[in-house]
Amino acid sequence: MSRDDYEVVIGLEVHCELSTKTKIFCSCSTEFGGEPNTHCCPICMAMPGTLPVLNEKVVEYAVRAGLATNCSIEKNSKNDRKNYFYPDSPKSYQISQFDKPLCYEGYVTIETENGEKQIRIERIHIEEDAGKLNHDEYGRGTFVDLNRAGVPLIEVVSKPDMRSSAEVEAYMRKLKSIFEYIGVSDCKMEQGSLRADVNVSVRKKGAKEFGTRTEMKNMNSFRNIVRAIDYEAERQIEELEKGNKILQESLRWDEISGRTFSMRDKEDAQDYRYFPEPDLVAIKLSEEYIENIRKSLPELPESRKRRYIEDYELTEKAANFVVASKYYSNLFEEATKVCNNPKTVGNMIMSDIARILNEREEEPDSLKFTGKELGELVSLIDKGTISSAIAKKVLEELFNEVKMPSKIIEEKGWIQISDEGAIKEVVMKILENNQQSIADYKAGKDKALGFLVGQAMKETRGKANPQLLNKLFLEELKK
Amino acid sequence: MELYEYTVHELVEKLEKGEITSEQITKSYFDRIKEKDNKVKAYVSTLEESAMKKAKEIDEARKAGKPVSKFAGIPIGIKDNMCIEGTKTTCSSKMLENFVAPYNATVIEKLNKEDLVYLGKLNMDEFAMGSSTEHSAFFPTHNPWDLDRVPGGSSGGSAAAVASQMAPWALGSDTGGSIRQPASLCGVVGLKPTYGLVSRYGLVAFASSLDQIGPITKDVTDSALLLNLISGHDEKDSTSMEMEKKDYTLSLINDVKGMKIGLPKEYIGEGINAEVKQAILDVAKKYEELGATVEECSLDVGKYATAVYYIVACAEASSNLGRFDGIRYGYRTKNFDNLKDIYRNSRSEGFGPEVKRRIILGTYVLSSGYYDAYYKKAQKVRTVIKKGYDELFKKYDLLLTPTSPTTAFKLNEKTSNPLEMYLADICTVPVNIAGLPGMSVPCGLDSKGLPIGFLLIGKSFDEETIFRAAYTYEQNSNFRENKPTFKGGEN
Repeated sequence: MSRDDYEVVIGLEVHCELSTKTKIFCSCSTEFGGEPNTHCCPICMAMPGTLPVLNEKVVEYAVRAGLATNCSIEKNSKNDRKNYFYPDSPKSYQISQFDKPLCYEGYVTIETENGEKQIRIERIHIEEDAGKLNHDEYGRGTFVDLNRAGVPLIEVVSKPDMRSSAEVEAYMRKLKSIFEYIGVSDCKMEQGSLRADVNVSVRKKGAKEFGTRTEMKNMNSFRNIVRAIDYEAERQIEELEKGNKILQESLRWDEISGRTFSMRDKEDAQDYRYFPEPDLVAIKLSEEYIENIRKSLPELPESRKRRYIEDYELTEKAANFVVASKYYSNLFEEATKVCNNPKTVGNMIMSDIARILNEREEEPDSLKFTGKELGELVSLIDKGTISSAIAKKVLEELFNEVKMPSKIIEEKGWIQISDEGAIKEVVMKILENNQQSIADYKAGKDKALGFLVGQAMKETRGKANPQLLNKLFLEELKK
Repeated sequence: MELYEYTVHELVEKLEKGEITSEQITKSYFDRIKEKDNKVKAYVSTLEESAMKKAKEIDEARKAGKPVSKFAGIPIGIKDNMCIEGTKTTCSSKMLENFVAPYNATVIEKLNKEDLVYLGKLNMDEFAMGSSTEHSAFFPTHNPWDLDRVPGGSSGGSAAAVASQMAPWALGSDTGGSIRQPASLCGVVGLKPTYGLVSRYGLVAFASSLDQIGPITKDVTDSALLLNLISGHDEKDSTSMEMEKKDYTLSLINDVKGMKIGLPKEYIGEGINAEVKQAILDVAKKYEELGATVEECSLDVGKYATAVYYIVACAEASSNLGRFDGIRYGYRTKNFDNLKDIYRNSRSEGFGPEVKRRIILGTYVLSSGYYDAYYKKAQKVRTVIKKGYDELFKKYDLLLTPTSPTTAFKLNEKTSNPLEMYLADICTVPVNIAGLPGMSVPCGLDSKGLPIGFLLIGKSFDEETIFRAAYTYEQNSNFRENKPTFKGGEN
């Protein structure tokens, strides 16, 4: 049998830190970073006698997330305790939700090679994050930092609906995009505010039963998720081909060797002894409360995409690209309002802005300039004040310092030369110094014109109006 | 008459009149503690220095005519499972022997507002698990009526301190009878308020759905005064009830005419000591003489309460006590090579046998495969017991039972038989299961000279009717003429 006879089945548990100002059960800050144990109080340090009080914003954010992913909302929800001993869990139990999650039975739509596909969501529940263990590099021991303990999380559990690492990436990107749009999380994977436990199994194509799955916990980059799934699927297929069985176990993905390893640190299966949290009261939500949240949701990517294609005539590719990030999409709308040229704005985002971000290894959320600046920039091209070559340079400047583009080109002296007399002078000078090119052009080598225009651009440091330059060269060459 | 002999409402009156000072009161109590506590052993720690300093400050403020609370400068003893910032809160456990609380319990915040003076922290069964205070990891407390006997528990230190006049009043906590049973065995008044009336924030949790803080006092009036000070909604405790603040002294009315009292026959039958039973029947008779109607009734489902209690309370305790892991605070073993050893050895060495027994029991009933049969089933039965009470309260304003099936038993009499110890709470446990208020009121001495208490059980959040009935009984009887003898204790 070969690789192609198998199908990979993947399900995800995505943990997403909510961007509430305070923790889920106390009023400590949720801010990332900070000296160890400075965002803590007796409650999140689990001092004897302290009690949790549920932050209502956490419920609201989770319901927002549920509604934005087409979930039903549980009106009679509750919290449960999940008991286990680990030094990053100060109470020795995590307050989570067991049998009555706030949201259940939803889905999101992803783009795949074969078109759109729905990935079902089994449930979304709220819980608290654990602290962090810092292992001292000098071997003096392990230190507990409880700044993160009690930061609110939602856990989004998918059905095992994904069939490739590409689908997993698309699903995670989709969740990230939705959560950014509705403002419930900053989804910063590098800070661990979006991470996933990945369950992978393989089976023969056409088989009805799922294979035995393995789990890789706390994966926090798209690249590693994709690599880990591809590796793990291959490994499982190889094992099966050898006639071995897959063990249901937790694996650790090692990004340096590109392999998964058995964790083997759990001697026996964990029994979390879930039971209802007696320190908190039931979470009862009214229809009105849910509807108010539904009404307050911003327009979501699907709808925006449709609108961009229909109203702004963006290509599907451009529309998909722009709506994938709330930051792009908002930038696009603001800029279009200013310049009324959605096509150029869309292209600029898709090509230039994305490229510069990529070079700087930054994410769209780090963009500092707004649609006001981008809109003016596009207007300046449209008015012929600058060329698109200059526009790219202005854009680079905008990444360094936010200023109005008109101000930048004025300061840098980048205003386009559209004066025919001045351009003619340049054209004459270039022609005089490039007799060979004239001969080439006349001999039928059209490329020579491009070369001449390029030389003229160089001479004017990109400021010459390209249309005018073309026109004047042609006039002279035809003489 | 010595100052320590007065009730709090008497002391308040004298303070207001300027006849006495807080310093005098406070000193009187510390003198008394020095005289008696070597025998009774009610205090785990005393706070003499800070108490005397505070008393002096209050006296100066009062003298200078500054506005002070009428309770300012009144001393109080606190069970050692409530956090007072900067002082040790041990829960009478080796686990927390050196734990200094970094914050105040809500009840302490409330008492601070009134400028009460803390005499010290009172002994208890370790983590409030027990009915005799013999499970204290430090030392047992002795009953001032007979030093060879237990004061009851788990708030045995609080009840013994008030009974032996080493504190004018005290706070206890009650999960299955831990205020009422020791109050009964020591001849003082003990109230377990309705679950949710007093904030649990800062009370080291034993069983979250059952724990409640309440007053242990010399008389019913002081009980109402102290409940006034500590009750009320607390935004730090989600299970505390949002309701208008009540003044319970308004219920101190000497009149029970027309009141309907039910006498559940199950609690005056088998397993109840004959002298105790007779005392309860006498109380019933007294109430009838005073114009109430007392009628025998039945709380058949009450027989399941002890089973339900030991499942629910232990399940919650097994989780609540997980935080004592030797990592951040409390006892840590010296004997470890790895993380598992830190947990295993810190907890093995830091907890006493009764605590371990309950953690094991609680862990078992929550385990996968047993959850439905035990924990879930117990929760269902809990609902049935609540309904049983609801039915009775359709007919009656109050229920009357003994507080304890026996008077104080001898030290070491039941320590080797946990099941027998558990039966000491059969009258009190059902009240916690249903979340109801209950008050133990002293009503006489048995032939050995040991106090007997009766238990009044009220409707949810109807402490008023309890106060009224208890006050009426007290006004028409004379228990407080009896004083503890401090006999025994030679061994």
